[in-house]
Amino acid sequence: MKDAATNRRLLKISVLRFNPQESGSEPRMQTYEIEEADGMTLFIALNEIREKQDPSLQFDFVCRAGICGSCGMMINGRPTLACRTLTKNLEPEISLAPLPVFELIADLSVNTGKWMRDMSERLETWVHMNNQEIELKRLEEKMEPELAEKIYELDRCIECGCCIAGCGTVRMREDFVGAAGLNKIARFRLDPRDRRDDEDFYELIGDDNGVFGCMSLLGCHDVCPKNLPLSTQIAFLRRKMVAVGWK
Amino acid sequence: MKIIYTDILVIGGGLAGLRIGIGAKRRGHDVIILSLVPPKRSHSCAAQGGMQASLANVIKGQGDNEDVHFEDTVRGSDWGADQQVVRMFVNSAPKAVRELAAWGVPWSRVRKGDRDVIINGQKVTITERDEAHGLLAQRDFGGTKKWRTCYVSDGTGHAMLYTMSDQAIADGIPVHERTEAIALIHDGGRCFGAVVRDLISGQLIAYVAKATAITAGGAGRLYRVTTNGVISEGIPTAIALETGVAVLGNMEAVQFHPTPIFPAGILLTEGARGDGGLLRDGDGHRFMPDYEPEKKELASRDVVSRRMEEHIAKGKGAKSRFGDHLWLDITLLGEHHIKHNLREVYEICHYFLGVDPVKEWVPVRPAQHYTMGGVRTDHTGESPTLKGLFSAGEAACWDMHGFNRLGGNSVAETVVAGMIVAEFIADFCERSENNTSIPIGLIHETLQREQAKLDMLIDGRGTENAALLMAEMQHIMTAQVGIFRSGGRLEEAVGELQKLLLRSRNIGLRYQARGANPELVTAYRVQKMLKLALCVAYGALERTESRGAHFREDFPRRNDAQWLKRTLATWKSEADTLPSLSYEQLDVKRMELPPGWRGYGAKDYIDHPDTAARVAEIEELKKQLNGVDRFTLQKKLMAYEELLPERFRGKNERIDEMIEGAR
Repeated sequence: MKDAATNRRLLKISVLRFNPQESGSEPRMQTYEIEEADGMTLFIALNEIREKQDPSLQFDFVCRAGICGSCGMMINGRPTLACRTLTKNLEPEISLAPLPVFELIADLSVNTGKWMRDMSERLETWVHMNNQEIELKRLEEKMEPELAEKIYELDRCIECGCCIAGCGTVRMREDFVGAAGLNKIARFRLDPRDRRDDEDFYELIGDDNGVFGCMSLLGCHDVCPKNLPLSTQIAFLRRKMVAVGWK
Repeated sequence: MKIIYTDILVIGGGLAGLRIGIGAKRRGHDVIILSLVPPKRSHSCAAQGGMQASLANVIKGQGDNEDVHFEDTVRGSDWGADQQVVRMFVNSAPKAVRELAAWGVPWSRVRKGDRDVIINGQKVTITERDEAHGLLAQRDFGGTKKWRTCYVSDGTGHAMLYTMSDQAIADGIPVHERTEAIALIHDGGRCFGAVVRDLISGQLIAYVAKATAITAGGAGRLYRVTTNGVISEGIPTAIALETGVAVLGNMEAVQFHPTPIFPAGILLTEGARGDGGLLRDGDGHRFMPDYEPEKKELASRDVVSRRMEEHIAKGKGAKSRFGDHLWLDITLLGEHHIKHNLREVYEICHYFLGVDPVKEWVPVRPAQHYTMGGVRTDHTGESPTLKGLFSAGEAACWDMHGFNRLGGNSVAETVVAGMIVAEFIADFCERSENNTSIPIGLIHETLQREQAKLDMLIDGRGTENAALLMAEMQHIMTAQVGIFRSGGRLEEAVGELQKLLLRSRNIGLRYQARGANPELVTAYRVQKMLKLALCVAYGALERTESRGAHFREDFPRRNDAQWLKRTLATWKSEADTLPSLSYEQLDVKRMELPPGWRGYGAKDYIDHPDTAARVAEIEELKKQLNGVDRFTLQKKLMAYEELLPERFRGKNERIDEMIEGAR
């Protein structure tokens, strides 16, 4: 449908509304109509709705440039980043829902931060250094340029939670660390600055809440907004962890 | 009344706050970090391009050292910076980058042998040394004499932030996410923490601490067109101002970045030009060499942004339905380089513009980017007027950037200042005279006052719309307090902003929830942001000269005779509609690098009466000390080392400057 005067599309954006903080709030779909503008993203559209139509609508954005991972949500049933989704690439009827799995704050806002911190603590997602004392005045340790690039390739995860929302296993196993967690282990496993070996990593992910829980549905790989090589990393980790398990 | 006690309260969970937390925790103090968002979502992650540190590993960085970094930074600041602080910074930057290398940041590394790079539009082959192979690589950035910017592909800020945040998790530092400090607790001389709002439940909590640090970044969202994330609203800076005691420095010094995409304002890294990208006008002509024959596209940001706007004003821009813009051309860098080293650029062009930068030019136009001003601190990061209040990073006016910050010096400042200020905060907490008795009455009073203000917004009969006030403020700032400023327009802006401030005292809400409530948040924030906006606009009106990013069409020259000083703003009374301004003189006689021409930009300026004498004095000293090493000479010109915490003093090793003693 187009506005006759401006020849612009009229978008119908349906949002799954629910505020668990508010007594009497029930989950419901609410539809907002808004005229499309050039270059409109869901960041622009949702802010305009909040400013002009409904000041109670809740959602999260920070960088609005696809870098910070704040705005993961279900867009027409698929988890992705709202800030870099252009409305012109969607049909005029758009449905939005919060990412599943994560604790709901309200409407489209979920507590990914809490989930990710918990995962980081469980998997100890930091470099376990050989030597805590660093001689800061000295030349840094060398590293092969290709290896640094490989580590960065996996370090690009923005913890948006899309892989968790797209994961089948996590629906059955609440404590499954998901692709976000397994990718971190793959990243630190590559890093020579981390003294942990496969036996240490086995302790962290060598069970059904870790790499053996994955059913290889690979929803994570399909929806990752950063195109991380999740399926190959999980398969590779599983082989390595099996090798430890056989011992 | 809920009260949480800790040794150190850090407001802001980006790189600076996290680094302070880690440093102070390792000294044995309890730390709580407050963050509006999960810390890994902080605006630090948006720093794509890199971090300056004079490692001199790459061949184009050979000869680089602290001295060169110092001069670049001071020239970049247009002599507005505190030169001793710049010295502290440049000497610590190599240490900070090496610390992060040990902690896990996957810095891009030097590969030995030949490689092709683009310099000044030409393909050039350079040869990296064997002994540099595997050390951290550096790229070229604006306003620097040497290739000095260490980087992680083009996700430098992201990689640094993740490593830092994970270190904080390793150290067990609690981050209270989705909380917002809305007032500092103080008695007019001493800061005791903050009143904090839980953004999910709406509850107010008093966080009581021996020391409080504001590390919450800049205030880009005062402007309509900005590269800053939506959380960069400067609220913690504003609550410092609202004490009436803490002072903000140089708020009129606002940086505009040359190459955000047009019209959305999303940043494309300076690395795009550093790696050889060119700026073209509506006719496809490369215009920067016409204005800046020496540094061309890589003059400092204030100069490039101004030249771009000047060129557009001459009618040379490319036309579009959103207005005029210029083009960034990185096609000459080639597909491999763009998709590997500038992947973020590629993705942003692809997702937000539908443009393939491998084949097409990208529409760009300058937008607000960085807040040079902030909470005025001494070299230890402490407010000189409110004891126990510290600040670091973009939120602070420490003051290493003066009136213009160099690209790559901001993420560098976050981790360097974080590292240094952490030690000083720990020292502060360890001094027995700083053990405070807890002023329960004051805490209670502050909590009640803040609760009453929120109740007034929620239950009062106000009629003003908070979102509209915010939009009007942002419009005024972008239209009238932008790159080109003049007395008339600034005066008008100050008047309009004052009216908005008065109107903001009569805001009413359409949505009255006491818990999570975005409209309520906008309401109390816009009241605070208007005060910051007035500090910027009024400071700009009063400063009748041009310096760095502050450019006055009616006073186009830098005027050292009158304006070699820092603007200090305080907000004396809640009833005021203007900040009170005073000034802090910079002392030419103590400068290591007296004011002169920056090497780019305007060549005429009005000298300070002391400049000639100081220049002669330095010449004389250099003659006398002919032959001494650069460290001895530097110490004679401007001693600073005793200002640093002891563990960060001392030289930095380089391939060409090895330090005695085996590893």
